[in-house]
Amino acid sequence: MTHPDFLWRNPDPKPAYDVVIVGGGGHGLATAYYLARNHGLTNVAVLERGWLAGGNMARNTTIIRSNYLWDESAAIYEHSLKLWEGLSDELDYDLQFSQRGVLNLAHNLGDVREGRRRVNANRLNGVDAEWLDADEVKKFCPIINVSDRARYPVMGATLQRRGGIAKHDHVAWALARQADAYGVDLIQGCQVTGFEITGGRVTAVETSRGRIAAGKVALAAAGHTSVLAERAGIRLPLQSHPLQALVSELLEPVLDCVVMSNAVHVYVSQAHKGELVMGAGIDAYNSYGQRGGVHVIEAQMAAALELFPIFSRVRVLRTWAGIVDVSPDASPIIGPTPVEGLYINAGWGTGGFKATPGSGWVYAHTLAHDRPHSLAEPFALDRFTTGALIDEHGAAAVAH
Amino acid sequence: MLLIDCPNCGPRDENEFHYGGQAGIACPTGDMTDERWAEYVFMRDNPKGWFHERWFHVHGCRTWFTVERHTVTHEIRKPR
Repeated sequence: MTHPDFLWRNPDPKPAYDVVIVGGGGHGLATAYYLARNHGLTNVAVLERGWLAGGNMARNTTIIRSNYLWDESAAIYEHSLKLWEGLSDELDYDLQFSQRGVLNLAHNLGDVREGRRRVNANRLNGVDAEWLDADEVKKFCPIINVSDRARYPVMGATLQRRGGIAKHDHVAWALARQADAYGVDLIQGCQVTGFEITGGRVTAVETSRGRIAAGKVALAAAGHTSVLAERAGIRLPLQSHPLQALVSELLEPVLDCVVMSNAVHVYVSQAHKGELVMGAGIDAYNSYGQRGGVHVIEAQMAAALELFPIFSRVRVLRTWAGIVDVSPDASPIIGPTPVEGLYINAGWGTGGFKATPGSGWVYAHTLAHDRPHSLAEPFALDRFTTGALIDEHGAAAVAH
Repeated sequence: MLLIDCPNCGPRDENEFHYGGQAGIACPTGDMTDERWAEYVFMRDNPKGWFHERWFHVHGCRTWFTVERHTVTHEIRKPR
């Protein structure tokens, strides 16, 4: 038996690149892909400490939507959603992108008001959004318990029909294959241990596989961004937390949409293979441990069972945690840093997967032109000094 | 679930506590600039290793206290 063709080469690092991307997750791979596709930059390396897409890309709940409250967020996430809509064809790979609709439930009057406001804000921004009352929720997703005696009664929901899920591994593999085909070096097992900074400008990265000179260095390291930035002498407004998720045993098709509840920190969908995929809220404390407390899972399951009594005898197959980098306003940080030539793309927190192509697109543009893409501009690091925050904590709550 | 040693009540389950983030963040005095204010309000250490942090025994004696915790192993020790 022979091994099928590999999707990408496994090259040794060259001594120098025009752009070195630190982190071979979804955002790093998308950035490399769009650097080559949109800007003709192919002398590019993606350095990955472990293996490609083995961090949060392998741990998220794959929900894709763009129904954010503020103009800046709606613009960048909607840009991303539009890219998702063409990405399977473009990458010639079935990403199992399924626009099955995303419900965000309202459980109290405050949720209802916030949801209706968000529907209106979304429509003004050209993002599809509908408000469903409880009966309409029941029609759209018949297995939800909409009884007014539930612990968390369903008083309505926002619906984004263009939202949905995709197969995370396929996304990573497809982006990696195309980036590799353009000549980008995807280098695994290569940990960045330091930065060579000369006269305030980054000139090289020090790695576990030696020094690699770089015209520009682009961090795309999610939960480990602070650790890397510290080695370049930069302090960031990020805190790393565990974010837990779980899957059930495989079931026959029972849930054909995505259901999210920000108030009770649970979000549920059924993957193509049949398992229920559920995400929780973050564990409160800072951690790089890729595990969290059982009580967080317990609270999430309790809420899920109130919403879906039909799941009461479903068994959990496994739980896990990824390390998410959360910014003070729950919005990403994209752009230059105080070190010339060193860029960051971080702070996507609990919601980075949906942004994968959009993030890669604007980050690549920012790197290629040495100035922020117009969609990335509001997400600059200096907003924490100017006060121009994009506060999506209240708008999208914790569950992204 | 962490087991956190409250100085008043002894070891208790984590879900009796509220997390308070990095310890030792003092309100700046003297001439204020936007940069200093941003540093105080938003910038925090985020180490992979030992971390001085605040916990609040919200469902117990309501004491705020500082511990040192390792952010990979989650081991907790008295602050040094």
